[in-house]
Amino acid sequence: MRSIRTFFYCLRQGIRSIFHNGMFSLATVGTIAASLFLLGLFFFVTTNVRYMISEAEQNVGITVLFDEDADDEKIAWIGEEIRKRSEVSEVIYISPEEAWENYKKDHFNEELAATFGDDNPLEHSDSFRVMLREVEGQPVLVRFIETLDGVRQVNAMESVADSLSGINRVVALISVVIIAVLVAVAMFLIHTTVSMGISVRRDEIAIMNLIGATDFFVRFPFMVEGMLLGLCGALIPLGILHLIYARVILYLTGEFQSVFQSITFLTEKQEFQYLTPGLIAIGVLIGWLGSSVTSSKQLKKIGLR
Amino acid sequence: MAYDFHRDLQSIQAPVIHFDHVSKNYQKGIPALDDISFSIEKGEFVFIVGNSGSGKSTLLRLMLREIAPTKGKVYVAGRELSRLHRYQVSKYRRSIGVVFQDFRLLKDRNAYDNVAFAQRVTEVKPSEIKQRVPRMLSLVGLTEKYKAFPAEMSGGEQQRVALARALVNNPVILLADEPTGNLDPKTSWEIMHLLEEVNRRGTTVVVVTHNHEVVDSMQKRVIMLRKGRIISDEKKGGYVYAKY
Repeated sequence: MRSIRTFFYCLRQGIRSIFHNGMFSLATVGTIAASLFLLGLFFFVTTNVRYMISEAEQNVGITVLFDEDADDEKIAWIGEEIRKRSEVSEVIYISPEEAWENYKKDHFNEELAATFGDDNPLEHSDSFRVMLREVEGQPVLVRFIETLDGVRQVNAMESVADSLSGINRVVALISVVIIAVLVAVAMFLIHTTVSMGISVRRDEIAIMNLIGATDFFVRFPFMVEGMLLGLCGALIPLGILHLIYARVILYLTGEFQSVFQSITFLTEKQEFQYLTPGLIAIGVLIGWLGSSVTSSKQLKKIGLR
Repeated sequence: MAYDFHRDLQSIQAPVIHFDHVSKNYQKGIPALDDISFSIEKGEFVFIVGNSGSGKSTLLRLMLREIAPTKGKVYVAGRELSRLHRYQVSKYRRSIGVVFQDFRLLKDRNAYDNVAFAQRVTEVKPSEIKQRVPRMLSLVGLTEKYKAFPAEMSGGEQQRVALARALVNNPVILLADEPTGNLDPKTSWEIMHLLEEVNRRGTTVVVVTHNHEVVDSMQKRVIMLRKGRIISDEKKGGYVYAKY
Protein backbone atom coordinates (compact mmCIF):
# COMPACT_ATOMS: atom_id res chain seq x y z
CA MET A 1 0.00 0.00 0.00
CA ARG A 2 2.78 2.30 1.07
CA SER A 3 4.88 1.52 -1.99
CA ILE A 4 1.89 1.99 -4.32
CA ARG A 5 1.26 5.40 -2.75
CA THR A 6 4.94 6.29 -3.13
CA PHE A 7 4.91 5.08 -6.72
CA PHE A 8 1.97 7.31 -7.63
CA TYR A 9 3.47 10.24 -5.77
CA CYS A 10 6.72 9.84 -7.75
CA LEU A 11 4.73 9.41 -10.96
CA ARG A 12 2.91 12.71 -10.34
CA GLN A 13 6.21 14.43 -9.57
CA GLY A 14 7.78 13.00 -12.72
CA ILE A 15 4.90 14.17 -14.92
CA ARG A 16 4.95 17.58 -13.24
CA SER A 17 8.65 17.88 -13.97
CA ILE A 18 8.15 16.97 -17.65
CA PHE A 19 5.71 19.89 -18.08
CA HIS A 20 7.89 22.15 -15.97
CA ASN A 21 10.84 21.59 -18.34
CA GLY A 22 8.54 21.90 -21.37
CA MET A 23 11.00 22.72 -24.17
CA PHE A 24 13.74 20.42 -22.97
CA SER A 25 11.26 17.60 -22.56
CA LEU A 26 10.01 18.21 -26.07
CA ALA A 27 13.55 18.23 -27.48
CA THR A 28 14.36 15.00 -25.63
CA VAL A 29 11.23 13.24 -26.83
CA GLY A 30 11.92 14.52 -30.36
CA THR A 31 15.47 13.18 -30.39
CA ILE A 32 14.54 9.82 -28.94
CA ALA A 33 11.67 9.63 -31.42
CA ALA A 34 14.01 10.46 -34.33
CA SER A 35 16.53 7.83 -33.18
CA LEU A 36 13.92 5.16 -32.74
CA PHE A 37 12.20 6.08 -36.02
CA LEU A 38 15.49 5.50 -37.85
CA LEU A 39 16.03 2.34 -35.86
CA GLY A 40 12.58 1.19 -36.99
CA LEU A 41 13.39 1.97 -40.62
CA PHE A 42 16.66 0.06 -40.45
CA PHE A 43 14.86 -2.77 -38.73
CA PHE A 44 12.41 -2.90 -41.67
CA VAL A 45 15.25 -2.98 -44.19
CA THR A 46 17.42 -5.52 -42.40
CA THR A 47 14.57 -7.88 -41.50
CA ASN A 48 13.22 -7.74 -45.05
CA VAL A 49 16.68 -8.27 -46.57
CA ARG A 50 17.20 -11.23 -44.24
CA TYR A 51 13.81 -12.54 -45.24
CA MET A 52 14.71 -12.14 -48.92
CA ILE A 53 18.02 -13.92 -48.31
CA SER A 54 16.28 -16.82 -46.61
CA GLU A 55 13.83 -16.96 -49.51
CA ALA A 56 16.72 -16.78 -51.99
CA GLU A 57 18.64 -19.44 -50.09
CA GLN A 58 15.93 -21.88 -50.92
CA ASN A 59 16.67 -21.29 -54.59
CA VAL A 60 20.40 -20.78 -54.45
CA GLY A 61 22.20 -24.06 -54.92
CA ILE A 62 25.56 -25.43 -55.97
CA THR A 63 25.89 -27.71 -58.99
CA VAL A 64 28.55 -30.41 -58.71
CA LEU A 65 29.72 -32.07 -61.96
CA PHE A 66 31.77 -35.29 -61.95
CA ASP A 67 34.79 -36.55 -63.91
CA GLU A 68 33.74 -38.42 -67.06
CA ASP A 69 35.23 -41.67 -65.74
CA ALA A 70 33.55 -41.42 -62.33
CA ASP A 71 31.49 -44.57 -61.72
CA ASP A 72 28.30 -44.90 -59.65
CA GLU A 73 30.26 -45.89 -56.56
CA LYS A 74 32.42 -42.76 -56.75
CA ILE A 75 29.37 -40.54 -57.30
CA ALA A 76 27.64 -42.11 -54.31
CA TRP A 77 30.77 -41.50 -52.19
CA ILE A 78 30.90 -37.82 -53.27
CA GLY A 79 27.21 -37.49 -52.35
CA GLU A 80 27.84 -38.93 -48.89
CA GLU A 81 30.80 -36.61 -48.24
CA ILE A 82 28.74 -33.57 -49.19
CA ARG A 83 25.76 -34.66 -47.05
CA LYS A 84 28.05 -34.85 -44.00
CA ARG A 85 28.64 -31.08 -44.16
CA SER A 86 26.66 -28.93 -41.70
CA GLU A 87 26.03 -26.15 -44.27
CA VAL A 88 24.14 -28.57 -46.51
CA SER A 89 20.38 -28.93 -46.25
CA GLU A 90 19.74 -31.20 -49.25
CA VAL A 91 21.61 -33.03 -52.01
CA ILE A 92 19.64 -33.93 -55.15
CA TYR A 93 21.01 -36.20 -57.88
CA ILE A 94 20.31 -34.94 -61.42
CA SER A 95 20.73 -37.66 -64.04
CA PRO A 96 21.99 -36.79 -67.61
CA GLU A 97 18.41 -37.35 -68.88
CA GLU A 98 16.91 -34.95 -66.33
CA ALA A 99 19.66 -32.41 -67.03
CA TRP A 100 18.95 -32.52 -70.79
CA GLU A 101 15.17 -32.27 -70.23
CA ASN A 102 15.62 -29.26 -67.95
CA TYR A 103 17.97 -27.60 -70.43
CA LYS A 104 15.56 -28.11 -73.31
CA LYS A 105 12.70 -26.73 -71.21
CA ASP A 106 14.64 -23.62 -70.25
CA HIS A 107 16.40 -22.82 -73.52
CA PHE A 108 14.71 -24.46 -76.55
CA ASN A 109 11.26 -24.41 -78.05
CA GLU A 110 9.66 -27.73 -78.94
CA GLU A 111 10.58 -27.49 -82.62
CA LEU A 112 14.26 -26.91 -81.93
CA ALA A 113 14.35 -29.62 -79.25
CA ALA A 114 12.86 -32.14 -81.68
CA THR A 115 15.86 -31.72 -83.99
CA PHE A 116 18.06 -33.50 -81.43
CA GLY A 117 15.93 -36.67 -81.57
CA ASP A 118 17.13 -39.20 -79.01
CA ASP A 119 20.63 -37.67 -78.77
CA ASN A 120 21.68 -36.38 -75.37
CA PRO A 121 24.55 -33.85 -75.60
CA LEU A 122 24.73 -33.88 -71.77
CA GLU A 123 25.32 -37.61 -71.62
CA HIS A 124 28.24 -37.27 -69.22
CA SER A 125 26.75 -34.36 -67.30
CA ASP A 126 25.00 -36.00 -64.39
CA SER A 127 25.37 -33.84 -61.28
CA PHE A 128 24.40 -33.08 -57.72
CA ARG A 129 22.33 -30.03 -56.88
CA VAL A 130 23.38 -29.04 -53.35
CA MET A 131 20.99 -26.82 -51.32
CA LEU A 132 22.42 -24.71 -48.48
CA ARG A 133 21.09 -23.86 -45.07
CA GLU A 134 22.66 -20.36 -45.18
CA VAL A 135 24.11 -18.46 -48.10
CA GLU A 136 27.12 -17.32 -46.05
CA GLY A 137 28.48 -20.89 -45.90
CA GLN A 138 28.72 -21.22 -49.69
CA PRO A 139 32.40 -20.26 -50.34
CA VAL A 140 33.74 -22.71 -47.73
CA LEU A 141 31.57 -25.50 -49.04
CA VAL A 142 32.63 -24.85 -52.65
CA ARG A 143 36.29 -25.03 -51.66
CA PHE A 144 35.65 -28.32 -49.86
CA ILE A 145 33.78 -29.95 -52.78
CA GLU A 146 36.50 -28.90 -55.24
CA THR A 147 39.03 -30.96 -53.23
CA LEU A 148 36.97 -34.16 -53.49
CA ASP A 149 38.31 -36.85 -55.81
CA GLY A 150 36.10 -37.34 -58.89
CA VAL A 151 34.70 -33.77 -58.94
CA ARG A 152 35.25 -32.02 -62.30
CA GLN A 153 33.55 -28.70 -61.71
CA VAL A 154 31.55 -26.80 -59.07
CA ASN A 155 29.14 -24.06 -60.19
CA ALA A 156 27.94 -21.63 -57.54
CA MET A 157 25.73 -18.54 -57.79
CA GLU A 158 28.17 -16.48 -55.78
CA SER A 159 27.10 -13.09 -57.01
CA VAL A 160 23.54 -13.43 -55.70
CA ALA A 161 24.65 -14.77 -52.34
CA ASP A 162 27.41 -12.22 -51.94
CA SER A 163 25.34 -9.21 -52.89
CA LEU A 164 22.45 -10.12 -50.57
CA SER A 165 24.77 -10.74 -47.62
CA GLY A 166 26.71 -7.59 -48.51
CA ILE A 167 23.60 -5.41 -48.51
CA ASN A 168 22.62 -6.74 -45.11
CA ARG A 169 26.05 -6.07 -43.64
CA VAL A 170 26.20 -2.49 -44.98
CA VAL A 171 22.69 -1.70 -43.76
CA ALA A 172 23.44 -3.15 -40.33
CA LEU A 173 26.70 -1.20 -40.07
CA ILE A 174 25.16 2.12 -41.11
CA SER A 175 22.24 1.58 -38.76
CA VAL A 176 24.49 0.81 -35.79
CA VAL A 177 26.58 3.97 -36.37
CA ILE A 178 23.62 6.32 -36.87
CA ILE A 179 21.65 4.85 -33.98
CA ALA A 180 24.66 5.06 -31.66
CA VAL A 181 25.06 8.77 -32.48
CA LEU A 182 21.35 9.47 -31.98
CA VAL A 183 21.20 7.51 -28.73
CA ALA A 184 24.18 9.52 -27.47
CA VAL A 185 22.37 12.77 -28.38
CA ALA A 186 19.20 11.52 -26.66
CA MET A 187 21.15 10.61 -23.53
CA PHE A 188 22.74 14.06 -23.50
CA LEU A 189 19.33 15.70 -23.75
CA ILE A 190 17.97 13.53 -20.94
CA HIS A 191 20.99 14.52 -18.90
CA THR A 192 20.25 18.21 -19.55
CA THR A 193 16.54 17.83 -18.78
CA VAL A 194 17.12 15.94 -15.54
CA SER A 195 19.93 18.31 -14.49
CA MET A 196 17.57 21.25 -15.03
CA GLY A 197 14.87 19.48 -13.05
CA ILE A 198 17.28 18.91 -10.17
CA SER A 199 18.49 22.48 -10.30
CA VAL A 200 14.89 23.83 -10.28
CA ARG A 201 13.92 21.54 -7.41
CA ARG A 202 17.17 21.94 -5.52
CA ASP A 203 15.56 23.55 -2.44
CA GLU A 204 12.84 20.97 -2.36
CA ILE A 205 15.36 18.12 -2.62
CA ALA A 206 17.51 19.67 0.13
CA ILE A 207 14.47 19.84 2.42
CA MET A 208 13.47 16.30 1.49
CA ASN A 209 16.96 15.16 2.42
CA LEU A 210 16.89 16.91 5.77
CA ILE A 211 13.51 15.61 6.82
CA GLY A 212 14.33 11.99 6.09
CA ALA A 213 13.27 11.20 2.52
CA THR A 214 14.99 8.07 1.28
CA ASP A 215 17.42 8.15 -1.61
CA PHE A 216 14.89 6.25 -3.72
CA PHE A 217 12.14 8.73 -2.90
CA VAL A 218 14.32 11.65 -4.01
CA ARG A 219 15.59 10.03 -7.22
CA PHE A 220 12.63 8.01 -8.41
CA PRO A 221 10.64 11.00 -9.78
CA PHE A 222 13.60 11.81 -12.06
CA MET A 223 13.77 8.21 -13.22
CA VAL A 224 10.02 8.27 -13.86
CA GLU A 225 10.52 11.47 -15.85
CA GLY A 226 13.29 9.88 -17.93
CA MET A 227 11.32 6.68 -18.53
CA LEU A 228 8.19 8.60 -19.54
CA LEU A 229 10.21 10.72 -21.98
CA GLY A 230 11.69 7.50 -23.38
CA LEU A 231 8.25 5.89 -23.63
CA CYS A 232 6.82 8.90 -25.51
CA GLY A 233 9.92 8.88 -27.70
CA ALA A 234 9.13 5.26 -28.61
CA LEU A 235 5.36 5.51 -29.08
CA ILE A 236 5.55 8.39 -31.57
CA PRO A 237 7.81 6.61 -34.12
CA LEU A 238 5.88 3.36 -33.61
CA GLY A 239 2.68 5.16 -34.62
CA ILE A 240 4.34 6.71 -37.68
CA LEU A 241 6.02 3.43 -38.69
CA HIS A 242 2.66 1.67 -38.38
CA LEU A 243 1.13 4.20 -40.69
CA ILE A 244 3.82 4.04 -43.36
CA TYR A 245 4.90 0.38 -43.51
CA ALA A 246 2.00 -1.08 -45.51
CA ARG A 247 1.92 1.99 -47.75
CA VAL A 248 5.64 1.79 -48.57
CA ILE A 249 5.44 -1.91 -49.43
CA LEU A 250 2.41 -1.27 -51.60
CA TYR A 251 4.23 1.59 -53.33
CA LEU A 252 7.40 -0.45 -53.93
CA THR A 253 5.60 -3.45 -55.35
CA GLY A 254 3.37 -1.19 -57.48
CA GLU A 255 5.85 1.38 -58.83
CA PHE A 256 8.83 -0.95 -59.22
CA GLN A 257 6.94 -4.02 -60.31
CA SER A 258 9.78 -5.31 -62.49
CA VAL A 259 12.28 -5.22 -59.60
CA PHE A 260 10.03 -6.48 -56.82
CA GLN A 261 7.70 -8.82 -58.70
CA SER A 262 9.42 -11.95 -57.48
CA ILE A 263 10.31 -10.63 -54.03
CA THR A 264 8.04 -11.00 -51.03
CA PHE A 265 8.14 -8.70 -47.98
CA LEU A 266 7.37 -9.46 -44.36
CA THR A 267 3.83 -8.63 -43.33
CA GLU A 268 3.02 -5.73 -41.00
CA LYS A 269 2.13 -8.20 -38.25
CA GLN A 270 5.44 -10.06 -38.62
CA GLU A 271 7.40 -6.80 -38.44
CA PHE A 272 5.62 -5.23 -35.48
CA GLN A 273 5.46 -8.29 -33.25
CA TYR A 274 9.14 -7.66 -32.42
CA LEU A 275 9.46 -3.98 -33.28
CA THR A 276 6.75 -2.73 -30.89
CA PRO A 277 8.07 -4.28 -27.66
CA GLY A 278 11.64 -3.71 -28.85
CA LEU A 279 11.29 0.04 -29.43
CA ILE A 280 9.31 0.56 -26.21
CA ALA A 281 11.94 -1.33 -24.22
CA ILE A 282 14.80 0.63 -25.83
CA GLY A 283 13.05 3.99 -25.28
CA VAL A 284 12.29 3.27 -21.62
CA LEU A 285 15.79 1.88 -21.09
CA ILE A 286 17.45 4.98 -22.59
CA GLY A 287 15.26 7.17 -20.37
CA TRP A 288 15.90 5.16 -17.24
CA LEU A 289 19.64 4.89 -17.80
CA GLY A 290 20.08 8.58 -18.67
CA SER A 291 18.01 9.86 -15.75
CA SER A 292 19.40 7.36 -13.26
CA VAL A 293 23.04 8.18 -13.98
CA THR A 294 22.39 11.92 -14.18
CA SER A 295 20.32 12.15 -11.00
CA SER A 296 22.95 10.21 -9.09
CA LYS A 297 25.78 12.40 -10.39
CA GLN A 298 23.96 15.71 -9.98
CA LEU A 299 22.81 14.99 -6.43
CA LYS A 300 26.37 14.04 -5.49
CA LYS A 301 27.67 17.19 -7.16
CA ILE A 302 25.43 19.48 -5.13
CA GLY A 303 26.18 17.53 -1.97
CA LEU A 304 22.78 15.94 -1.49
CA ARG A 305 23.91 12.33 -1.74
CA MET B 1 15.92 -6.18 12.29
CA ALA B 2 16.05 -2.52 11.19
CA TYR B 3 17.37 -0.13 13.79
CA ASP B 4 14.56 2.08 15.11
CA PHE B 5 16.04 5.46 16.08
CA HIS B 6 12.73 6.92 17.06
CA ARG B 7 12.07 4.12 19.55
CA ASP B 8 15.60 4.34 20.98
CA LEU B 9 15.51 8.10 21.26
CA GLN B 10 12.22 7.94 23.12
CA SER B 11 13.37 5.26 25.53
CA ILE B 12 16.98 6.34 26.11
CA GLN B 13 18.03 7.39 29.62
CA ALA B 14 21.69 8.16 28.85
CA PRO B 15 22.66 11.41 27.00
CA VAL B 16 20.63 11.74 23.87
CA ILE B 17 23.49 13.55 22.08
CA HIS B 18 27.14 13.02 22.89
CA PHE B 19 30.20 14.59 21.22
CA ASP B 20 33.39 12.72 22.03
CA HIS B 21 36.57 14.73 21.22
CA VAL B 22 35.16 15.85 17.89
CA SER B 23 37.19 17.88 15.39
CA LYS B 24 36.14 18.99 11.95
CA ASN B 25 38.48 20.40 9.32
CA TYR B 26 36.97 21.52 6.04
CA GLN B 27 40.39 22.40 4.59
CA LYS B 28 43.91 22.40 5.89
CA GLY B 29 44.38 25.24 8.35
CA ILE B 30 42.07 26.44 11.12
CA PRO B 31 39.64 23.71 12.20
CA ALA B 32 35.92 24.52 12.25
CA LEU B 33 35.68 22.45 15.43
CA ASP B 34 38.63 21.53 17.61
CA ASP B 35 38.41 18.64 20.07
CA ILE B 36 34.87 19.27 21.30
CA SER B 37 33.25 17.08 23.97
CA PHE B 38 29.83 17.56 25.55
CA SER B 39 26.59 15.72 26.20
CA ILE B 40 22.95 16.74 25.98
CA GLU B 41 20.43 14.91 28.15
CA LYS B 42 16.99 13.90 27.04
CA GLY B 43 14.49 16.75 27.41
CA GLU B 44 17.13 19.50 27.73
CA PHE B 45 16.87 22.95 26.15
CA VAL B 46 20.32 24.06 25.03
CA PHE B 47 21.56 27.25 23.38
CA ILE B 48 24.72 27.06 21.26
CA VAL B 49 26.15 30.56 20.97
CA GLY B 50 29.23 32.17 19.51
CA ASN B 51 30.42 34.58 16.86
CA SER B 52 30.32 33.89 13.13
CA GLY B 53 32.85 31.22 12.24
CA SER B 54 32.93 29.85 15.78
CA GLY B 55 31.68 26.44 14.58
CA LYS B 56 27.99 26.58 15.64
CA SER B 57 26.56 25.56 12.27
CA THR B 58 29.19 22.83 11.87
CA LEU B 59 27.97 21.44 15.18
CA LEU B 60 24.39 21.29 13.91
CA ARG B 61 25.45 19.76 10.60
CA LEU B 62 27.31 17.03 12.50
CA MET B 63 24.19 16.32 14.58
CA LEU B 64 22.15 16.08 11.38
CA ARG B 65 24.75 13.75 9.88
CA GLU B 66 25.13 16.11 6.92
CA ILE B 67 28.88 15.89 7.46
CA ALA B 68 31.18 13.51 9.32
CA PRO B 69 33.81 14.54 11.89
CA THR B 70 37.47 14.55 10.89
CA LYS B 71 38.33 13.16 14.34
CA GLY B 72 36.26 11.91 17.26
CA LYS B 73 32.75 10.52 17.40
CA VAL B 74 29.22 11.88 17.47
CA TYR B 75 26.63 9.68 19.22
CA VAL B 76 22.88 10.10 19.09
CA ALA B 77 20.81 7.69 21.18
CA GLY B 78 24.00 5.72 21.74
CA ARG B 79 24.60 5.19 18.01
CA GLU B 80 27.70 6.56 16.33
CA LEU B 81 26.44 8.63 13.42
CA SER B 82 29.47 8.03 11.15
CA ARG B 83 28.65 4.34 11.14
CA LEU B 84 25.16 4.82 9.74
CA HIS B 85 24.54 3.62 6.22
CA ARG B 86 22.93 6.05 3.78
CA TYR B 87 19.54 4.36 4.07
CA GLN B 88 19.78 4.56 7.88
CA VAL B 89 20.55 8.28 7.72
CA SER B 90 17.14 9.03 6.22
CA LYS B 91 15.43 7.00 8.96
CA TYR B 92 17.52 8.81 11.60
CA ARG B 93 16.56 12.24 10.26
CA ARG B 94 12.88 11.39 10.63
CA SER B 95 13.46 11.57 14.41
CA ILE B 96 15.04 15.02 14.15
CA GLY B 97 13.15 18.24 13.43
CA VAL B 98 15.06 21.12 11.86
CA VAL B 99 14.28 24.85 11.67
CA PHE B 100 16.41 27.33 9.71
CA GLN B 101 16.95 31.05 9.80
CA ASP B 102 15.71 31.41 6.22
CA PHE B 103 12.67 29.13 6.88
CA ARG B 104 13.33 27.03 3.72
CA LEU B 105 9.68 26.75 2.78
CA LEU B 106 8.56 25.65 -0.67
CA LYS B 107 7.39 28.84 -2.30
CA ASP B 108 4.93 27.15 -4.65
CA ARG B 109 3.02 25.46 -1.83
CA ASN B 110 0.72 26.85 0.83
CA ALA B 111 1.20 26.50 4.58
CA TYR B 112 -0.77 23.25 4.74
CA ASP B 113 1.16 21.63 1.89
CA ASN B 114 4.51 22.76 3.28
CA VAL B 115 3.76 20.98 6.55
CA ALA B 116 2.18 17.98 4.82
CA PHE B 117 5.27 17.72 2.59
CA ALA B 118 7.34 16.51 5.57
CA GLN B 119 4.87 13.69 6.07
CA ARG B 120 4.48 12.82 2.41
CA VAL B 121 8.21 12.36 1.87
CA THR B 122 8.35 10.08 4.90
CA GLU B 123 5.48 8.08 3.37
CA VAL B 124 2.87 8.70 6.06
CA LYS B 125 -0.73 7.61 5.30
CA PRO B 126 -2.90 10.39 3.78
CA SER B 127 -5.52 9.91 6.51
CA GLU B 128 -2.86 10.51 9.16
CA ILE B 129 -1.57 13.58 7.30
CA LYS B 130 -5.09 15.04 7.32
CA GLN B 131 -5.20 14.66 11.09
CA ARG B 132 -1.70 15.76 12.03
CA VAL B 133 -1.15 18.78 9.80
CA PRO B 134 -4.11 20.85 11.12
CA ARG B 135 -3.07 19.93 14.67
CA MET B 136 0.47 21.23 14.07
CA LEU B 137 -0.80 24.41 12.39
CA SER B 138 -3.04 24.96 15.38
CA LEU B 139 -0.10 24.43 17.78
CA VAL B 140 1.86 27.22 16.06
CA GLY B 141 -1.25 29.43 15.84
CA LEU B 142 -1.76 29.34 12.08
CA THR B 143 -5.08 27.54 11.77
CA GLU B 144 -6.57 30.43 9.81
CA LYS B 145 -3.63 30.78 7.45
CA TYR B 146 -3.39 27.22 6.19
CA LYS B 147 -4.09 28.29 2.60
CA ALA B 148 -1.54 31.12 2.58
CA PHE B 149 1.58 30.87 0.43
CA PRO B 150 4.98 31.91 1.89
CA ALA B 151 4.93 35.17 -0.08
CA GLU B 152 1.63 36.08 1.61
CA MET B 153 2.99 35.54 5.14
CA SER B 154 5.18 37.57 7.47
CA GLY B 155 8.62 36.29 8.55
CA GLY B 156 7.21 35.17 11.89
CA GLU B 157 4.38 33.28 10.23
CA GLN B 158 6.79 31.59 7.83
CA GLN B 159 8.95 30.51 10.76
CA ARG B 160 5.85 29.10 12.47
CA VAL B 161 5.11 27.06 9.36
CA ALA B 162 8.71 25.85 9.35
CA LEU B 163 8.33 24.91 13.01
CA ALA B 164 5.09 23.05 12.32
CA ARG B 165 6.87 21.19 9.52
CA ALA B 166 9.74 20.30 11.87
CA LEU B 167 7.32 19.04 14.51
CA VAL B 168 4.81 17.20 12.37
CA ASN B 169 6.79 13.94 12.37
CA ASN B 170 6.87 14.05 16.18
CA PRO B 171 10.67 14.44 16.49
CA VAL B 172 12.55 13.54 19.65
CA ILE B 173 15.18 16.22 18.98
CA LEU B 174 14.53 19.66 17.50
CA LEU B 175 17.48 21.54 16.02
CA ALA B 176 17.01 25.23 15.30
CA ASP B 177 19.64 27.18 13.38
CA GLU B 178 19.21 30.90 14.10
CA PRO B 179 15.41 30.59 14.22
CA THR B 180 14.98 34.27 15.13
CA GLY B 181 17.71 35.63 12.86
CA ASN B 182 15.29 37.20 10.39
CA LEU B 183 12.59 38.23 12.86
CA ASP B 184 11.76 41.36 14.87
CA PRO B 185 12.09 41.13 18.69
CA LYS B 186 8.37 40.59 19.35
CA THR B 187 8.10 37.79 16.80
CA SER B 188 11.38 36.31 18.03
CA TRP B 189 9.88 35.96 21.49
CA GLU B 190 6.79 34.28 20.09
CA ILE B 191 8.96 31.71 18.32
CA MET B 192 11.10 31.14 21.42
CA HIS B 193 8.00 30.60 23.53
CA LEU B 194 6.83 28.04 21.01
CA LEU B 195 10.18 26.25 21.24
CA GLU B 196 9.88 26.31 25.02
CA GLU B 197 6.41 24.79 24.74
CA VAL B 198 7.77 22.07 22.45
CA ASN B 199 10.51 21.37 25.00
CA ARG B 200 7.95 21.19 27.84
CA ARG B 201 6.22 18.43 25.87
CA GLY B 202 9.40 16.35 26.08
CA THR B 203 11.35 17.22 22.92
CA THR B 204 15.07 17.92 23.34
CA VAL B 205 15.69 21.36 21.82
CA VAL B 206 19.05 22.65 20.56
CA VAL B 207 19.05 26.29 19.40
CA VAL B 208 21.96 27.97 17.64
CA THR B 209 21.57 31.71 18.02
CA HIS B 210 23.13 35.16 18.14
CA ASN B 211 20.19 36.60 20.00
CA HIS B 212 21.66 37.90 23.32
CA GLU B 213 18.37 39.04 24.78
CA VAL B 214 16.66 35.73 24.30
CA VAL B 215 19.59 33.71 25.66
CA ASP B 216 20.02 36.00 28.68
CA SER B 217 16.42 36.03 29.73
CA MET B 218 15.49 32.37 29.14
CA GLN B 219 18.13 31.09 31.57
CA LYS B 220 18.68 27.76 29.84
CA ARG B 221 21.89 25.81 29.34
CA VAL B 222 24.32 27.76 27.16
CA ILE B 223 27.32 26.29 25.35
CA MET B 224 29.56 29.00 23.98
CA LEU B 225 31.99 28.38 21.15
CA ARG B 226 34.95 30.42 20.01
CA LYS B 227 37.22 29.44 17.13
CA GLY B 228 35.93 25.91 17.17
CA ARG B 229 36.37 25.27 20.90
CA ILE B 230 33.94 25.29 23.82
CA ILE B 231 34.87 28.20 26.04
CA SER B 232 31.98 27.85 28.48
CA ASP B 233 29.11 25.49 29.26
CA GLU B 234 26.67 26.98 31.80
CA LYS B 235 23.70 25.02 33.12
CA LYS B 236 21.61 28.20 33.55
CA GLY B 237 23.62 30.68 31.63
CA GLY B 238 23.26 33.79 29.57
CA TYR B 239 25.07 35.19 26.59
CA VAL B 240 26.80 37.89 28.67
CA TYR B 241 28.13 35.52 31.29
CA ALA B 242 29.23 32.98 28.77
CA LYS B 243 31.16 35.59 26.87
CA TYR B 244 33.69 36.15 29.63
